[in-house]
Amino acid sequence: MADVDSQRAKTIAAAPAPLRLQPGLLDHALYWRTCLVLLIVLVLLPVLAQVWGQGFYVGVASRILIFALAATSLNLILGFGGMVSFGHAAFVGVGAYVAGILLQHGVHSAWLALLLAFVAAAGFALLIGAISLRTRGVYFIMITLAFAQMLYFLMVSLKTYGGDDGLSLESRFKLGFGLDLSQDAMFYYLVLGVTTLVFLAVHRLLNSRFGHALQAMRENETRMAAIGFPVYRFKLMAFVLAGALAGLAGALLAHQGGFVSPSMMQWSESGMLMVMVILGGVGHLYGGLVGAMVFLVLEELLSSYTIHWQFGLGVMLLAAVMLAPNGLLSLRLRRKSP
Amino acid sequence: MTGILVLEQSLNGLQFGLMLFLLAAGLTLVFGIMDMINLAHGSIYMIGAYLIASIALASGSFWTGLALGIVATAALGALLELSVLRRLYQRDHLSQVLGTFAILLMSNEAVRWIWGSQPIALNPPSALAGPVELLPGFSYPAYRLFIIAVGLAAAGLLYLLVTRTRLGMQVRAGASNREMALAMGVDVRRLFTQVFAIGAGLCALAGGMLGPLLAVQVGMGESILILAFVVIVIGGIGSIRGALLGALLVGTVDTAGRTLIPFVFERILGPELASSAGPAVAAVLIYVLMAAVLFFKPQGLFPAHG
Repeated sequence: MADVDSQRAKTIAAAPAPLRLQPGLLDHALYWRTCLVLLIVLVLLPVLAQVWGQGFYVGVASRILIFALAATSLNLILGFGGMVSFGHAAFVGVGAYVAGILLQHGVHSAWLALLLAFVAAAGFALLIGAISLRTRGVYFIMITLAFAQMLYFLMVSLKTYGGDDGLSLESRFKLGFGLDLSQDAMFYYLVLGVTTLVFLAVHRLLNSRFGHALQAMRENETRMAAIGFPVYRFKLMAFVLAGALAGLAGALLAHQGGFVSPSMMQWSESGMLMVMVILGGVGHLYGGLVGAMVFLVLEELLSSYTIHWQFGLGVMLLAAVMLAPNGLLSLRLRRKSP
Repeated sequence: MTGILVLEQSLNGLQFGLMLFLLAAGLTLVFGIMDMINLAHGSIYMIGAYLIASIALASGSFWTGLALGIVATAALGALLELSVLRRLYQRDHLSQVLGTFAILLMSNEAVRWIWGSQPIALNPPSALAGPVELLPGFSYPAYRLFIIAVGLAAAGLLYLLVTRTRLGMQVRAGASNREMALAMGVDVRRLFTQVFAIGAGLCALAGGMLGPLLAVQVGMGESILILAFVVIVIGGIGSIRGALLGALLVGTVDTAGRTLIPFVFERILGPELASSAGPAVAAVLIYVLMAAVLFFKPQGLFPAHG
């Protein structure tokens, strides 16, 4: 009898209330070792490119990182919020136009351009999200597409800012501190800095209470509403944040290529961002990053071999759909847990 | 004068709407019954137009081209369904988007490979080349009237097929409740292939009809694909009747917007602003229409799922 009691006392003592919860389903590890290695490689990239005399690839790498930023922002709502937005390129376009228009009016500050691109894209996302989030499923896909098309045609009609032909940026914006962004390597470091910061912020956000609530809403919206979460407001906040981050990517993209045009907002661009996320892995922290890298590197590689590179890209994407049903990153997880 | 303009534009709207219906009918069935987002639908339309144009060129007859092209495209559609798309039915919408986007890229590039990137010409049959005088002082191109007739005939045939035949019954059953149709012993695999082939054939018909009016070129499928999606969302996914109504609505609103809005804007805003804002507002109009329809009827005008 006493034996049983002591046994019970032991089990109670052995199971203290867990102060720190174990990472659950809704948490997303940073894999900081991988992250650090990746970051070091990315930091060294311009130096290596210089050594091998392939300075051209620094520009390509900037573009890839910018798309990684845009795809990560889309993954935030698509993968973690379950909102399949088919108009994400519109926010990239808004950011790009803010950067282009500011420069045309003689504003050269990078800080102001990035800030205003962020704010303007957030404003448009608030407007579009507030209406679109009242619909569900396929109808949400179509209504976000409709709004993106409206913005596209709006920019086509704005003749003051180039209309259909777009807008050329005669110089890159200036950061101050004696940093010369017209050098591709310096611009690359700006892009790398912004992308890294955003990536870390998204990681923190997903592991926060807000991020957990967002992912839970993706799984079961009715239940989350029933236990008292303001579902609509949370989803709208995520939508606005994702739009704003896409605007940031847009401003960088405008100055990277030195060109802004309505075609950046076309539905095919939104589709491409979606394809990147799906390819990398919907709802994986690294999904947008990996998807954008694989997609654009494939594009770069294939187009250097043949002018019919789109065919090869199509074959690769189809193979990815068939062989990696939940994106490339799911392959890794599947291997880990047999 | 104004009466003639209105008449002309409504005929144009009807013609465009009916062609949109041919595309939307296949899309809405695939979407409604198989629950599949098919971005490659526009590519089938493009391939159909190319096949018809090149067969017509080789044989010297528009009609041979049309007939053989439709059959060939339907066969190609069935082949595509059997080889690739069949594997995507059980997957989520996002995988379907990625998979059919891949097919879209591949078919665009394949067409560029085979036919080159220059648009190719498809001439209307010489019997239909001239205008027809419908009213005293009002003549309308005979070929466009022919398109309207073909569109109406196709819509009528499709209506009979869906409401009066065994295949149509199974299609309707599949659209309103797939599991129940399965349980009642419908051979869904065969049904899907048949539906897909019919949809591809309709695409080719639309491509062949529109070919002489618009250019037959790479990328022609993408712009019209989005319009077809707008149509089926307005009409209600899975509903043929909704697709017809939505197509006519979109066709009319788009055509009317393109002629009327620059005209009205010029009166109100002056020519300078009208020339830049007019076309943009006209282009936006159908998206405003879709947003409005979804706002008041979130399931579209004729939802097929009960």
